[in-house]
Amino acid sequence: MKYLAKVYVTLKKSILDPQGRTVERSLHNQGYASVQSARVGKYIELTFEGDKAKIETELKDIAENILSNPVMESVHWDLEQVH
Amino acid sequence: MKTAVIQFPGSNCDMDAVHAAGAVIGQQAIPVWHTETHLEGFDAILVPGGFSYGDHLRSGAIAAHSPVMKEVKRLADKGVPVIGICNGFQILTEAGLLPGALGRNNSLHFLCHDVHLRVETTHSPFTNQYQQGQIIQIPIAHNEGSFYADAETLSRLEGEGLVAFRYVTRDGHEVLEGNPNGALNNIAGILNEKRNVLGMMPHPERSVEALLGSTDGLGVFESLLEHVAGGVK
Repeated sequence: MKYLAKVYVTLKKSILDPQGRTVERSLHNQGYASVQSARVGKYIELTFEGDKAKIETELKDIAENILSNPVMESVHWDLEQVH
Repeated sequence: MKTAVIQFPGSNCDMDAVHAAGAVIGQQAIPVWHTETHLEGFDAILVPGGFSYGDHLRSGAIAAHSPVMKEVKRLADKGVPVIGICNGFQILTEAGLLPGALGRNNSLHFLCHDVHLRVETTHSPFTNQYQQGQIIQIPIAHNEGSFYADAETLSRLEGEGLVAFRYVTRDGHEVLEGNPNGALNNIAGILNEKRNVLGMMPHPERSVEALLGSTDGLGVFESLLEHVAGGVK
């Protein structure tokens, strides 16, 4: 079976996100007054082939220990079967 | 003193570090490629600045998982002095040898200029040749140097005197204007609990000869030599 993992990494809420703040300010400057806030993160796609339970274990390890830094970032992911 | 200077793809301050820890203080400093797994026989390890793996994923994250870092960690646990400068600091935090993390500069600008630092402790293998509270001038060159740690870690670092260098103004004031990147508590460099691992964002190896405009970074290498020679613990 083939699987696609979509991993989303964002700075923790408590951390100043200077890129997000810059985007937010720029949008306000362009007149998009209804934008409340902007945060910038990372989106990473991984494809897998094999046993789902094993992939889930590996994906958790990869996402939490390599793709994100738990000191500053939050991470979540979706895993879906693909053909 | 024999110092290993670790080279990763993208390191670019490695040869400056070899020069500072070698010729300038009359010692041996040897470049070591990141695939190496044995560093036995070295008295000190230096993880230099640069852009290991192009800063992909996060600064220092990929280098932290390279083969040599297991050996660096093993020797650090045994008490061998390890210093990470700039990208080296980022690598040491990513590898778990130092607490905290380095985030984007709050200005979002790459910063490359001299800063003033206050030496916060002389009780380390890297600072024993400075005076407590001494103000030194050395350069920074980084995009992600904003030190962050959670409140508990930060208070432990402060409480145990593990902040090695702090950004200050020329006359020693610890204020916002002296802080180039938004680092919490103006932190420019920290030590691990055992005090044998130092990470710092500024570049002492770029201020070791009068020709470079300042010799204030020399103290780091002289301290290391003094420590390894057995004079100071």
